[in-house]
Amino acid sequence: MDARRGSLPVPRVRQVGFFTPNAQPAPTRSQSGPPDSSSPPLSDSPASNSLSPVMIPPPRHHSDNLAAAPRPTSPLPVPEPSPFRRRGADNNNALLVGSYNPAETLLAMSPSSSHVGDGESEETMSGGWFRRSNSGKLASSLPSGTFDFSPVQSTAEALKPNKVQNPVGISAPKEQQPEAPSSSKQPKPKLTKAERRALQESQRAAKAAAKAGGGKSVAAPEEVATIKSVKQHQTQKKDAPQVAVSVAASERKGGDKSQEKERRKDAPAPRMQFDDKSRVEKAKRRSVVDQTEAKKRVELFRHLPQYEHGTQLADLESKFLQLDPMHPAIYKVGLQYLAGDISGGNARCIAMLQAFQQVVKDYSTPPEKTLPRDLTAKISSYVSFFTQCRPLSMSMGNAIRFLKNRIAKLSPSLSESESKSSICTDIDRFINEKIVLADRVIVQHASSKVKDGDVLLVYGSSCVVEMVLLHSHELGKQFRVIVVDSRPKLEGKALLRRLVAKGVHCTYTHINAVSYVMHEVTKVFLGASSVLSNGTVYSRVGTACVAMVAHAFRVPVIICCEAYKFHERVQLDSICSNELGDPDAIGKVPGRMDVNYLNDVSNSGNLQLLNLMYDATPADYVSMIVTDYGMIPPTSVPVIVREYRRDHLLI
Amino acid sequence: MKEQTTRAMWWRSPSFILDNRQQQPNDTARGDALSIPLSSPLPPSTTMADPNPNPNPNPLTDKISAYYQTRAAHHGVVSSDWLAQAQAAVGHLPEADDDASNNDQGAPSGKPFSVIDEFNNWRKQPDLAEAVAAIRALAAVIRNSQATTMMELEIELKKASDSLKSWDTTSISLTAGCDLFMRYVTRTSALEYEDFNSAKTRLIERAEKFGEISYKARKIIAMLSQDFIFDGCTILVHGFSRVVLEVLKTAAQSKKLFRVFCTEGRPDRTGLRLSNELAKLDVPVKLLIDSAVAYSMDEVDMVFVGADGVVESGGIINMMGTYQIALVAHSMNKPVYVAAESYKFARLYPLDQKDMGPALRPIEFGVPIPSKVEVETSARDYTPPQYLTLLFTDLGVLTPSVVSDELIQLYL
Repeated sequence: MDARRGSLPVPRVRQVGFFTPNAQPAPTRSQSGPPDSSSPPLSDSPASNSLSPVMIPPPRHHSDNLAAAPRPTSPLPVPEPSPFRRRGADNNNALLVGSYNPAETLLAMSPSSSHVGDGESEETMSGGWFRRSNSGKLASSLPSGTFDFSPVQSTAEALKPNKVQNPVGISAPKEQQPEAPSSSKQPKPKLTKAERRALQESQRAAKAAAKAGGGKSVAAPEEVATIKSVKQHQTQKKDAPQVAVSVAASERKGGDKSQEKERRKDAPAPRMQFDDKSRVEKAKRRSVVDQTEAKKRVELFRHLPQYEHGTQLADLESKFLQLDPMHPAIYKVGLQYLAGDISGGNARCIAMLQAFQQVVKDYSTPPEKTLPRDLTAKISSYVSFFTQCRPLSMSMGNAIRFLKNRIAKLSPSLSESESKSSICTDIDRFINEKIVLADRVIVQHASSKVKDGDVLLVYGSSCVVEMVLLHSHELGKQFRVIVVDSRPKLEGKALLRRLVAKGVHCTYTHINAVSYVMHEVTKVFLGASSVLSNGTVYSRVGTACVAMVAHAFRVPVIICCEAYKFHERVQLDSICSNELGDPDAIGKVPGRMDVNYLNDVSNSGNLQLLNLMYDATPADYVSMIVTDYGMIPPTSVPVIVREYRRDHLLI
Repeated sequence: MKEQTTRAMWWRSPSFILDNRQQQPNDTARGDALSIPLSSPLPPSTTMADPNPNPNPNPLTDKISAYYQTRAAHHGVVSSDWLAQAQAAVGHLPEADDDASNNDQGAPSGKPFSVIDEFNNWRKQPDLAEAVAAIRALAAVIRNSQATTMMELEIELKKASDSLKSWDTTSISLTAGCDLFMRYVTRTSALEYEDFNSAKTRLIERAEKFGEISYKARKIIAMLSQDFIFDGCTILVHGFSRVVLEVLKTAAQSKKLFRVFCTEGRPDRTGLRLSNELAKLDVPVKLLIDSAVAYSMDEVDMVFVGADGVVESGGIINMMGTYQIALVAHSMNKPVYVAAESYKFARLYPLDQKDMGPALRPIEFGVPIPSKVEVETSARDYTPPQYLTLLFTDLGVLTPSVVSDELIQLYL
């Protein structure tokens, strides 16, 4: 009998989401009955050939889908979503159900055709390079996250490692040699002091690394690449040929290693880490917004940008009339982000798209340029401006990806005005289908889960959740709402105000009391800034706490989130990507002099204030995600991302 | 003759004696509904005219939901000779008859075609699941359709499936089967075919294929699950599931040595019936009362259950008691396997036990219950996915999270 056991085929089990390829979740006993003649092989069943397609390719890491079909090129900007929720009181439109507070009519502006300056040429070139790389493999190496660099710099930077890195540890200094000719083809650029210093430092570091062990010279080439990119940036006039040369060079290097190189190319460019001094320095020089960095920062969060709040605004306003390349609509929305006038994932995304729409309307292609290339480059520069005002949310990243993809896919036969109107229509459709209609569908689904006698707990203020509550109320369902809020934003108050105005029965409490109120709650409704493909919900700080308490009380947690906010990224904690708010906001209570104990100590060196904006809720605490594709379990997020990614991009 | 046997066995079935007793004081409409399976079907006009002939209009009364009627009807008469008869019935597909009637209906004087009739015809075969019967009935709709455009045909189909669905709103598999059929048949645009007739034949082909797949699903599942049944294992089963029976039968036929614990399956004694079937196959069976599950879980190697419906979360809706068995098995680290055909996959997402349409079933306690005492008559419960190990379906062996994947692919 034992002999028969051995030969049994391992049962095939399909799984979805994240799992280790070889893990056998199946029977606790792996040995099983004999392979009898009466039990035909699996492959006979009609089911077996349908097995593979459902297997989800393991996490969508760029390096993993080399062979994937050409993905539309477009950089994915830093996905760091929005904290500020629109203030309900400040404008009457906000009282509308689910209003996104779209930006008011943008300033009319004559077409700004004055794109002068070297920034311009550089953008075009990068655009050109961009187009050439339509194989999609290179797409991911585009600026995804390079914070303040102009497009060309980041492309150059992303490209460099392929050339420089030799997989098997040749020491870095040696590797630098082959670099020299390509850069010496042009007049040697004059380095600034800081750059020279950076160069030296990196060389020293490279040497040290080489000494330390030949095997791992990964850090060094990167640094070299950085320096290289600085040089390149200074010699941008010759940029394009140089890039071409370098591409050719990298092509020539051994065929067998090309696989690995492609993988490297595919790896997303590292996000700007704000604890990297030299890069911050450089970024700063290029940035439009002059922000003073906060001096005291919490150690664990040094990699995130943190600025002294309130300093940038006046400065930016003064620049309003000088900066001609920046379109006023963009400028306005950027300032609104900065001031916190527009907040909330949907509102920010809509405002951004409408600003882009305005840009497109006012756009005219400069001579000797093509619209797709030039416009993409312009939008990239606007995006980096937005990023400076406030880190982008993942949903905005998805929207930008969509827009760039649409521009890139424009038929070359279209005239300029046709192209422009087509882009504008696409933007409108995106707003309409992915946000407005999606919300309507979500409201339908979610309010079907609201029953008479329910006690619903909501946290913070999410416009979709608000719409769900109001819709259920309009349907005449008898339920009670507990609005849980937290300092310092107290967004729940605005929500509370709107709910009470509509006659919804409400209770208001702070998050401190959540474990006390949870026992009477029957369902928890939460919004999300983004849902990541391991089911992690990235949302306003405090959401994870509420979800965990709800889970402990066995109360179902329902997340309402539009599918365009889904992201293929995976995040396990809230540290590596987050946004820092104004640290003073948590130290001070406005209008309460008696409790502002920190007034005089906030400058002392041994005090660090941390005001995090977001947190990540693990999928275990989420019962259901309501999205425009219906109600799905958190394990199905990657399915939606996989099945509808193309949809998001193409509509 | 067959009709006679049906009737005789029908009335012998305990739950139906019970039903009948309880149905007596009820309205005549109920009686009508009850008689559907045995006698000639309802005149189509009554069913069709009623926009929602929900057999279970008031969940608070002690009515039995139509889904459980059907099940009871089937289970009451399942025996090997019946299976043989059913096979024979399936073997000679009544397509010829259908075609004949089709021709008749060409004339306006002919009796109008009714899905419900067709459905009931199919449903009478005890081995045929309700959903498969519905699928076949819908296929017949396409065949008999007088429509001249694709749109008309689709609307007709939609109407038919709606009336089927409203015939019994408590049956998840019926609803899901209809929905899936609609998706499967109409998924690709009809525009690929320049000609309506070719499109229609194509649809009929698809419909028949789908019916065929659904019909064969049980065999496929039985085959897939053989890898998981090993010699010397002890299997706990709950309720009477035809799929699980098929699985065990196949295992027994392939000379595997295992024993089965059957729960009693109150109130309709489904476990007794299953143990009866298994005893015929010479499988060692032990009967447990429903409350002895935790007591005997130590000896159990795996739990096998069927499902009334598989929901979006990957959990299942099944006969009352499945949830607690799954909980006990989970806490003792025993795998829980679910055998379910893919037409039971439904786009539902219950958040908890009460978040489902009620399906009620009378319970006989043997002693009179004081009128003040309330009786829980729900017939099914929801088992969340975290307590299930694997689902055996005709699409393959799935983890619960793949269900949603499949549903998304099927419906969106």
